[in-house]
Parts: sequence; C-alpha cells; structure tokens
Amino acid sequence: MMNNTDAMSLTLGESKVRSRRWLVWVAAIAVPLLLPLVFRSGYALSMMCQMGIAVIFALSYNMLLGQSGLLSFGHAVYYGLGGYASIHALNAIGAGKLDFPVTLLPLIGGVTGLFFGIVFGYASTKRAGTVFAMISLGIGELMAAGSTVLPGFGGEAGISANRVTGKGLFGITYGPPVQVYYLIALWLVVSAILMYALTQTPLGRMANAVRDNPERAQFVGYNPQRVRFITLVLSAFFAGVAGGLTAINYEIVTQEYLTAHTSVTPLLMTFIGGAGYFFGPVLGAILVTFLQVVLGAYTKAWPLYMGVVFISTVLFAPQGLAGIVMQHRQVWSAGLMRRLVPAYAKVFVPACALLLGTICLVESTYHLTTEAQAGTQMSLFRIPLDVATPAPWIGAAALIAIGLYFFRRSCAAAALSWEGITAELQRRKSP
Amino acid sequence: MEFFLTSLLNGLSYGLLLFMLSSGLTLIFSMMGVLNFAHASFYMLGAYFAYQISSAIGFWPALVIAPLVLGLAGALLERYGLRTVHKSGHVAELLFTVGVALLVEEIVPLIWGRMAVKYAIPRELDFTLFSLFSTSFPAYRGFMLLVSVGMMVLLYVVLTRSRIGLIIQAALTHPEMVGALGHNVPRVFMLVFGVGTALAGLAGVIGGNAFVTEPSMAAAVGSIVFVIAVVGGLGSLEGAFIASLVLGIIQTFSVALDYSLSDLFAGSEVALLHDEALRSLFSIRISQMAPMIPYLVMVLMLIFRPQGLMGKRE
Repeated sequence: MMNNTDAMSLTLGESKVRSRRWLVWVAAIAVPLLLPLVFRSGYALSMMCQMGIAVIFALSYNMLLGQSGLLSFGHAVYYGLGGYASIHALNAIGAGKLDFPVTLLPLIGGVTGLFFGIVFGYASTKRAGTVFAMISLGIGELMAAGSTVLPGFGGEAGISANRVTGKGLFGITYGPPVQVYYLIALWLVVSAILMYALTQTPLGRMANAVRDNPERAQFVGYNPQRVRFITLVLSAFFAGVAGGLTAINYEIVTQEYLTAHTSVTPLLMTFIGGAGYFFGPVLGAILVTFLQVVLGAYTKAWPLYMGVVFISTVLFAPQGLAGIVMQHRQVWSAGLMRRLVPAYAKVFVPACALLLGTICLVESTYHLTTEAQAGTQMSLFRIPLDVATPAPWIGAAALIAIGLYFFRRSCAAAALSWEGITAELQRRKSP
Repeated sequence: MEFFLTSLLNGLSYGLLLFMLSSGLTLIFSMMGVLNFAHASFYMLGAYFAYQISSAIGFWPALVIAPLVLGLAGALLERYGLRTVHKSGHVAELLFTVGVALLVEEIVPLIWGRMAVKYAIPRELDFTLFSLFSTSFPAYRGFMLLVSVGMMVLLYVVLTRSRIGLIIQAALTHPEMVGALGHNVPRVFMLVFGVGTALAGLAGVIGGNAFVTEPSMAAAVGSIVFVIAVVGGLGSLEGAFIASLVLGIIQTFSVALDYSLSDLFAGSEVALLHDEALRSLFSIRISQMAPMIPYLVMVLMLIFRPQGLMGKRE
C-alpha cells in the first residue's frame, strides 16, 4: 500500500525525472502565490486559506500515517494546543506584554506542538500499530475532555483575539484577508519544503524502514521507538504551525479544535489523497476542503457523502487519489490511455446514475427528518420534488438499482481492459 | 453509606454494561487483530432499533430481535466488508471500521433526527425495586444487572464448555491448526464478529433507555470502551471484565463527588492559592473532572504497565 514514488522512474530516465520533479516544485511554489490574482472574491480567498492550513495539517499527519505507518486518532491535540498557544500569544502582543511579530506567530504554535509532542509522544510511541492508535485516541479524548474544565481554554466560548496588532512590518498589518492568505501561503511553502526535505534525510528513510519492518531497522542499529518518537515530535511541530495559522485566520480558538472530529479530518484527507505519496495529502486536503465548503453550502448531509467517499477509497482504491494518478501516469506516458477511455466512459454513465440515485435518496430522507417543518416540497438540482409522494423514492431506488447493476458489469469490463494494459506494459519492459 | 451503596450499585450496572460492549470488542480483537471502531455504532444502532421495534410491538420482542438483527448485520459486514480489505493489511481494516462508524453516525440522524428519541423504560419495569435509606433503586437497573450477568455467564459457559467455544478458543491461538483439523476458520471469525456486534446491540437495547438514545451516544461510549480494552490488556477478557467494573464504578462515583483540591486546603492559608491560574485549577471539582478520569487512568496505565492489567508482555 505504501510504495514510494519510484513507480515513475521505471518509465522515465532518472535525470529526466529529476528535472521534472524540479518543475513540479516550481509550480507548487508559484501556484499558491499566483492564485489570489485569479480568484479575487472573499469567498475564494477564505476557502484558499482553509485549504492552505489543511494542506499543512494533512502533510504533518502523513509524516505519521504514510511515512512511519503510525495511525493517529489524536493529531488534533497538537493542532489545537498550537492554536491555543498562538491565540494567547496574540492576546499578549495586543496587551503589550509580548513583543513578537505576528508573521512568526505560527512558530509559537509549532513549538507548543513540539513540546506536547515530546510529552505525549514519550507515552504513545512505545509501540506502533493498533496500540499506538488507541493511545493517540486516548490522549486526544483526554485533551478534549480536559479543555472543557481546565483554565486557559476559555470554556464554551473559546478564546478570541485581534490579529491586527503589534508592529506592522512594511505596512503588513494582516487586516485585509489577502495578507493573511499570503502569510498562510508562505508558511505552507516553507513547511512543505521542510517536510519533503525530511523524507530525504536518514531520519525520513529510517521512518520508512521502521514502518515496513521494525525488526530489521533494529538490526541495522536504529531504535524504532526513538525513530517513531522523533517523527511524531516533528509532525506535532507542523500540526502546531497549522493550528497557529488557524488562530490567525479566524482570530478565535475553541474546544472544537481539540475534538476527535478534528483528529479524523486529516486522516480522511490523507487517506483519500493517498498516504503512500508525498503529494497525496495535498490532493486530499484540497479536495476535502473544497467539498466541505462547497457541498456544505448546499446540503447538511455532506459528512455522509464524505464518509461514503472515504469508505469507497478504503474498499476500492486504498492507494488514494495519488495512487490512481500515478497508475495512470504510467499508462499515459506509454501512450495507452486511448484504450482505457471507452471502458471508463462505460463506467461513467452508470456511476452517475448511482450517484444521482443516492443523492436523491439521502436528500429526500434528510428533508423528511430534519426539515419537516419546511413542508414536503424540496428541490434537487432545480427539479421540484415532493417527498410525501412516492415518486422521488421510487425514482431514487430505480436509479440505484439500475445504476448498481450496470456499474458492476462495466467495472468488471474496465478491470479487464486495465489488466490488458498492465500486461502490455510488462511486455514492453521486458521484451 | 447511603451514597456509597447506591453509587456502588449504579457503578456495577454501568460497569457490566460496559463489559458487554468490551467483551465483544476484545473477542474480535484477539481473534482477528482488528480493533472494531464501529463497535459502539452497533451499540447505538441497538438502542435505535429497540426504540423502533418497541414502539411498534413492545420492548420484550425488541430485546430479542434487535440484537439478532445486529448480529446478522455484523456477520455480513465481516463477510463482505472486512474480508475484502483484509488483504490490504490491518490499517486498512481499522480504517474500514472507522468509515463504518462515520457512516452510522451520519445515517442515524438522517433517519431518526438529531434530537434524542423517546425510548422509554418498559412499564413492567418502571417501579422501585427497593429503597436504601431514602434513595430508591429502580427495578430497571436491577434488570440491567440481571441481563448483563446472565449474558456474561452464558458467554463464559459457551466459551469454556461447549464444542464451538473450544473451537473459538483454539482458533484464537492456533488458526492454522484449527483449519487443518477441518474447521472453517473464516466462518468462525464471522460468527465471533456477529456475536460481538449482537452483544453490543444488546447493550444498546438495555442501555439506550437507561441513559439517552441520541446520535452522539456512540462517540460518548466508544472511546470509553477502547480505554477499557487498553487498561484491561488488549485481547484479555478477564482484564476487560475487571477494567469495565473498575471504570464503571470510578465514573459513577466521580460524577457524584462534589469536592475540589481547594476544599482540601480550605481553612489553611496556602500561599499557592493566591495565584489566579492555580486557584482556578485547584477549584475544579472532581465531578467536573469525571470525563477526563478514564483517559487519565489509561495514560497512567500505559506509562507504568504498558501491557494492561491482564495483557501479556510482548
């Protein structure tokens, strides 16, 4: 599941790969910096801010899940505590008690994350696998429960601050949202480069080794526990940076930041994006945030759709979006994409029917149970529906049944043509 | 004394309910190495199914039907879900159950709404069993105790005395050998998964009306059950039993104790208490701390005895 990005070096020469990789990085730095010139609206800007933070958070999460094989259910601890520390620091700056530039505020969040990573990591990285997952869950719940009673968390209301404070640098006050966006973009680029660089260090390589075979890693002379510990501490640092950026972005930090829900979000992003690839969490974070913001505006059922996407990924594409991309990249560069298109087109139609039927069913049910006072009339994709009549239900059921039948058949056909292509690729590699 | 006895009885019935949940979780874990994150979801579904069935044909049929339906659902989930992802490894299996838990948490409010449903205690059991001094002990609590103990004894007898129980025990430690002897080990797994989810469902049926039946009940109980599994020692039924009772009793007592550290120092002039932050820290009441206590116990256990109460050292 966790194979590395080496797949592409099979079809392309090593030097060519390096130059392409260089281009990818230039694009990865340029795109976030140029985006606000294209999308100027406040809506787009706020969404891009969320995406940037989500990418840092998901990348830091993947240091554990993808690179070290540690499934964490408590990553919100470092994110949330980093957020709380930053908001307290922001208030201290505002009150004149602290002289610290707001630009570097995420550093405070990061150091806080780092500190708690050391404290909790000591207890939790003793073992990997399921035990680690449970301990991280326990620590996450401990902090979530603690934040409701301990002082310093601001109770139900949380803690708010004003980011336009302290000495502005070159006229940057962080008043206008676009300045906040550039702050996030800056931290995003720096963090992403640092996290990528980490994967290339001996530590990053040993983390992979400990993930794949802790016993062998031990024989080479490394202590798996210490490798896991250091990775967790560093990952907690970047989670704290993300928390600090959130504190600046929203100017409020609440208990929500420490809940299990916040811990599961980077897991969804990373897994949907593809934990086996460095850029997987980036894709996942962008997609999930986009769905969250756009779908969230249309329907209250978006967590359900997210759950369906997640479980489908687990069942059918455990390598995630990045895995799918990389698989097709090979086919693309071999010039065999044309053979796949008809099979995909055949899958696409019933998949749409299935999706439409499911959406109709979910939305009708939601309308009936949660918006009963609004009457039985609703509109879906501008089509008026009356959920009191059997029509939407029968329609949905028919769409699902027919869609599922043809979907399964066309999937089998697509799998067949995929097998043909892999065989072709094999033949070309070893003539 | 009065407070002590009632809290002890309440704690016992809560602890036994927790054991009903954690026993299934532990069995499934020791057998397949899979931590079923959706376990508490079955508990919640048990409560909701029982609410639906009992509003149609009464509580007593619900007590039987709901666990059976959930046991069947669990077996199907194992057969067509977990077994499919098994080839991708334990993390994939764990994530699959996480996905199921997420879906259930969204589907339940989709069908029954976000508010708590009125799943009431059956009228036959809605009376006072006995009174301790001035506190009354409801008959339903007694019924919960009875069902839990009965279930536990049954589980014990089946596991240690019956043929299928012996096969299950053998399959826990030597799956290949059991398979070589001609038993269908995957089917044994399916059975255990089904029994585990049925037990969780039963806990939901009898726990749902004693507490509250709402969409957040799975999340509330789920993490406690995991704490029990860790504190008791992963894969150990005895450990899970002790941890369930201890945590059930601790939680019941701590919710009712209205003391704080500053009460301890009341009267004496302690210099520390002049500090603002420390004063607010010291004035936290034990009852406020109650939600934190299970996790504190878990973290302490992991630091001082990582294998849990009855777990084997690796």
